[in-house]
Amino acid sequence: MAEAVANGLLAGAAYALVALGLTLVYGVLHIVNFAHGALLTLAMFAAWGLHAAFGLDPYLAILPMAAGFMALGYGLQRWVIGPASHGDDGNTLLVTLGLSIVIENALLALFRSDTRTLGADSGFDVVELGPMLLSRPRLIGFGVSLLAAALLWAVLSATDTGKAIRAVAKEKLGAQLCGIDPRHVYAVTFGLGCACLAVAACLLLPTFYVNPRVGNAFVLVAFTIVVLGGMGSIPGALVGGLFVGVVESLGGLLLGESLGQLGIFVIFILVLLLRPTGLFGARA
Amino acid sequence: MLEVKGLRAGYGPVEVLRGLDMAVSAGEIVAVLGANGVGKTTLNKVLSGVVPARAGEIRFDGARLDGMDPAAIVEAGLIHVPEGRRIFPNMNVRENLEFGSYRRARRRRASNLERVFETFPRLRERARQAAGTLSGGEQQMLAIGRGMMAEPRLLILDEPSLGLSPLLVEEMFALILRLNAGGLPILLVEQNVVQSLEIASRGFILENGTFAMSGPAAALRDDPELRRVYLGL
Repeated sequence: MAEAVANGLLAGAAYALVALGLTLVYGVLHIVNFAHGALLTLAMFAAWGLHAAFGLDPYLAILPMAAGFMALGYGLQRWVIGPASHGDDGNTLLVTLGLSIVIENALLALFRSDTRTLGADSGFDVVELGPMLLSRPRLIGFGVSLLAAALLWAVLSATDTGKAIRAVAKEKLGAQLCGIDPRHVYAVTFGLGCACLAVAACLLLPTFYVNPRVGNAFVLVAFTIVVLGGMGSIPGALVGGLFVGVVESLGGLLLGESLGQLGIFVIFILVLLLRPTGLFGARA
Repeated sequence: MLEVKGLRAGYGPVEVLRGLDMAVSAGEIVAVLGANGVGKTTLNKVLSGVVPARAGEIRFDGARLDGMDPAAIVEAGLIHVPEGRRIFPNMNVRENLEFGSYRRARRRRASNLERVFETFPRLRERARQAAGTLSGGEQQMLAIGRGMMAEPRLLILDEPSLGLSPLLVEEMFALILRLNAGGLPILLVEQNVVQSLEIASRGFILENGTFAMSGPAAALRDDPELRRVYLGL
């Protein structure tokens, strides 16, 4: 039981990171980014490719991957999503959906639907923690996820850019009249969201497989987390992610592996019924 | 200082501003007056680059402003304190003021902050309080203080008296006079015709996207037509 909870927490950290990117983009741009799953897939392929081509360990790839995806996200929002949407949120939704279709099918064309793994044994390393046996890659993933979330929090609360992001999120016109360029802020935010995905991809890769649709499994859960934690709330995404990880793990233990995810969606429906603003959401 | 010629702007198929000509000279208060929905706020938004001009030109110190983005206009020193204050409710008073110097006068942030606190001692008392919890009058002070942080060369005030009690409205107009006394030119955009014309040197009456009347404030105050339409006299 304790082991299931611990494993759930470890798995939840990865969910949290994916949800963090999603909730950040929602909280600032006020759009649901439908390309989030495809971008996670892309990040996993990139991390896999770096390993396959250069033998780069996914953990060492975290920083360059985060930087690369930050730049990719910035460019996508600044020069593709932003201009193509003409300031209309409905369009943005469709553009991100279109983007996800393009990315997924490009990956499908390049790599076909084969499922790949790192093929290293390190994915099965375990660490003994008292009476529990925990997966080492997941333990590392947990630590790095928390670190990444803390870093994101620090950026948002202490740096000029972070403050500008919070300013635009709440009061766009006021921010514009202070000389803040929302196009830049949106692009940085989208970039940060993509950087979260890049980190998540590097952490998932040692224990997970890669195929052109792999991101969707995570993003569906991430949507649940974002609603559970409160749309746009960063602590909400973190706590929600860990919680959902535990629910899934306990569900798997009690109901059997194939029904493990059932609990997540039961909770999702309960949250929508009882507390639609989520755990940390602002009251409407 | 600020010159507007043949300015047209609108949203979608609707034209809101239909050819405006006006000017603000160094050191003066110019009032743009009119009822709800005649285009006052749109004019301000066009001046600060948030809404694009469709025709005409805007010059600030001789340089064309129309077509520039809002950040560049702030950088040039044309500072717009918007209707409804538009402060950042989730941040404290001090952080809000610091945003005023995001693009301009950043190096003198500390001394300007001190100057704003001297002008508005109330804001100093509440420096650590979340801006969203301030009263309406305090929020208006904060919005103006945020504008002052950028060391404006021309200040646009959009409906600064809106939603304030009569006593606070008096204070607000006295404050505008004080700001102007230091040489700061102010474009005051208001529904409050009487009090605005008392402190302004010139006035423009906006009706349906055009200036129906304009002239020295004293002349407008005594205009029988204006008195009939806006004051019910």
